[in-house]
Amino acid sequence: MKVSLFITCLSDAFYPRVGEAMVRLLARYGVRLDFPTVQTCCGQPAFNSGYWEEARDSARTILEAFEDSDFVISPSGSCTGMIHHYPKLFENDPAMLEKAKKLQAKSYEFTQFLVNVLGVTDVGASFPHKVTYHPSCHGSRLLGVKDEPMELMKRVKGLEFVPLPFAEDCCGFGGTFAVKMADISGAMVSEKVDHVKETEAEVLVGLDMACLMNIAGNLRFRGEPVRVMHLAELLAEGAKLA
Amino acid sequence: MSAKTMPNTVKKRAELALNDDFLRKAVKFTTERLRNGKKNASAEHGNWDEWRERGRQIRLHTIAHLDYYLNMFVDNARANGVHVHFADTGADAVRIALEIAKNKQAKTVVKSKSMVSEELHLNHALEGIGVEAIETDLGEYIIQLAGETPSHIVIPAIHKNRYQIADLLSEVAGEKLEADTTVLAGFVRKKLRENFLEADIGMTGCNFAIAETGSMVLFENEGNARMVTTLPKTQITLMGMERIIPSFQDLEVMATLLPRSATGQKLTMYMSGITGPRREADADGPDEMHIIIVDNGRSLQLGDPEFQELLNCIRCGACLNACPVYRHIGGHAYGGTYSGPIGAVLTPALNKNVAEWDDIANASSLCGACYEACPVKIPLHEMLIYLRRRKVEKGHGNKLEGAGMKGFAVLMGNAKRFRAALKMGQIGQKLVVRDGGIRAKIGPLKGWNSYRVLPSLPKSTFRQRFATLDQEIRQGLQEMSPEIRGRMEAALKKREREGGGGHHG
Repeated sequence: MKVSLFITCLSDAFYPRVGEAMVRLLARYGVRLDFPTVQTCCGQPAFNSGYWEEARDSARTILEAFEDSDFVISPSGSCTGMIHHYPKLFENDPAMLEKAKKLQAKSYEFTQFLVNVLGVTDVGASFPHKVTYHPSCHGSRLLGVKDEPMELMKRVKGLEFVPLPFAEDCCGFGGTFAVKMADISGAMVSEKVDHVKETEAEVLVGLDMACLMNIAGNLRFRGEPVRVMHLAELLAEGAKLA
Repeated sequence: MSAKTMPNTVKKRAELALNDDFLRKAVKFTTERLRNGKKNASAEHGNWDEWRERGRQIRLHTIAHLDYYLNMFVDNARANGVHVHFADTGADAVRIALEIAKNKQAKTVVKSKSMVSEELHLNHALEGIGVEAIETDLGEYIIQLAGETPSHIVIPAIHKNRYQIADLLSEVAGEKLEADTTVLAGFVRKKLRENFLEADIGMTGCNFAIAETGSMVLFENEGNARMVTTLPKTQITLMGMERIIPSFQDLEVMATLLPRSATGQKLTMYMSGITGPRREADADGPDEMHIIIVDNGRSLQLGDPEFQELLNCIRCGACLNACPVYRHIGGHAYGGTYSGPIGAVLTPALNKNVAEWDDIANASSLCGACYEACPVKIPLHEMLIYLRRRKVEKGHGNKLEGAGMKGFAVLMGNAKRFRAALKMGQIGQKLVVRDGGIRAKIGPLKGWNSYRVLPSLPKSTFRQRFATLDQEIRQGLQEMSPEIRGRMEAALKKREREGGGGHHG
């Protein structure tokens, strides 16, 4: 069975450590992640801004990359969610539409695959820190990833979980929104960080590096020493794989 | 703020709001209260998603057969003695309303809350022919005094705090009123009593129109709509053409969804069903009743697969209360009659001319909170993308952004080019990186770096690291357990059986 990593352009460029954590974690369960190098970006920035022709150029690399994979795993609910839009994006192209539907059916956000497919909830990690969690909108609302990260965190030894107030509120990233509507986005991320501070957590964890880059960026801007990690990183570090 | 003095872009309007601490505090306070109320009420009711689906199905069915149900409604309303008028445009609706007012030689009109009337700017038109229009919903009364437009579909004066309201009402009272909500509401109540008794016409909106009986149904909390529909001799009801539901049985579902979604109430204080003018045995009610059915761009959505569901909206305002953008910028920043996520979609969708659309659809992070809150499951977050696409397709996109997206397609259309760009970035960033981050407020980074520090690119990308990593993994790879292998195979089989499209939840 071929299990492939859809790293996402953002993690490829900025957060290779997240991909590395996923590779090491899954190897423990006998899953060797394959990495097709023709992949680039899911096309979401163009798609969400209304430039669908441009989005299709980018999406084709993803469809090609994972054509013969059995499972496609990604560290982002948002980019996985974008794959769910491919059938709409290619609705007028029967051949591509068929491929799009196939890819959608085999695409998983990382914790969906770990918990729902492999049936793993205890990776044997220990992480004696105060941790809070931001559920990214696309993963939780559009893919329905809600319980999976909780199941995983619950079983990490020593992890003290502090709920994030107004956790379900968007962090204000929204892709090009953060650039186009910078002041609204800035107000949103500032409020999110206010809530993170309220928890007095040492670590903020999430499932989407775009949102985490946004929140981490504001934390750093304000000189707040909260560590920001993808859940895969936390689990790998806690299981001494990092 | 009055519509006239508003800047013409969302960005500029939002800037005004973001710098208004009173507004932000007031909006935050009330939307939080409302959305918590909704959460509690829907949880207490139970099976909320099933009820949402039921509501959605009723709305989908009605809108799919809108011609049939509209005919049925009109036939029944006429049989009840109602004068029914059709208005294609806002101007038509205004003309019809003014004609009735002139015929009745009306001096004053008392109004209960109606978003359609706001859409038509009817108060202004009435003033133009010398008829005084008096809003009797407390929130509407306040914004009328302030010379503003509603900034929320359900709570028109959500952006004002009680001190600002006390100042406005004190002017009317001619004395300083205490900023106490009971005192203020008491004053307005007394004041409006006189208006109800004097008014020649009562004007209402319409929450639902029941096709099988020709009735119109109003949900309200203050009792003002009941006064408006019982005291004046003539009643005019303004109704969006999509307000129809087939039967009173369907109203049960709507009455479950609407108040809970809007304010967290099990039911509003008053729910009135009005079936025609006063009959002989009735103690009160208007002698003459008019219903003006307004299209004004609504029928543009019919047959449009991407937007027809927009007509399913029951105007509860839950999407506004859930929206993190609305929470920070309030309703006036949306620049139209309808605000929040529903307004961001409805305002452009009602206007056929794409060239006239402003940048309102961009004021969303597409987080989907609106969809999650919507009692009839309208996918507003997707419609926002469709609006953006239509604007680009019609050639009204931002030129700079268009050029940027062309570049994006070139870069991301091919992994070799993407890899080359990453390498260039790794080298080029050395000019601006300090201490592992980029703080420079230059070019497209200006907005981002006004609130954040951008991380620098690490020494190597994932694709540069993978070969080494994979070699290491191959050496220490664990044997896959039969349980895990079994689960993976089962997932594959399930997929073959059920086909694509699953969420794997």
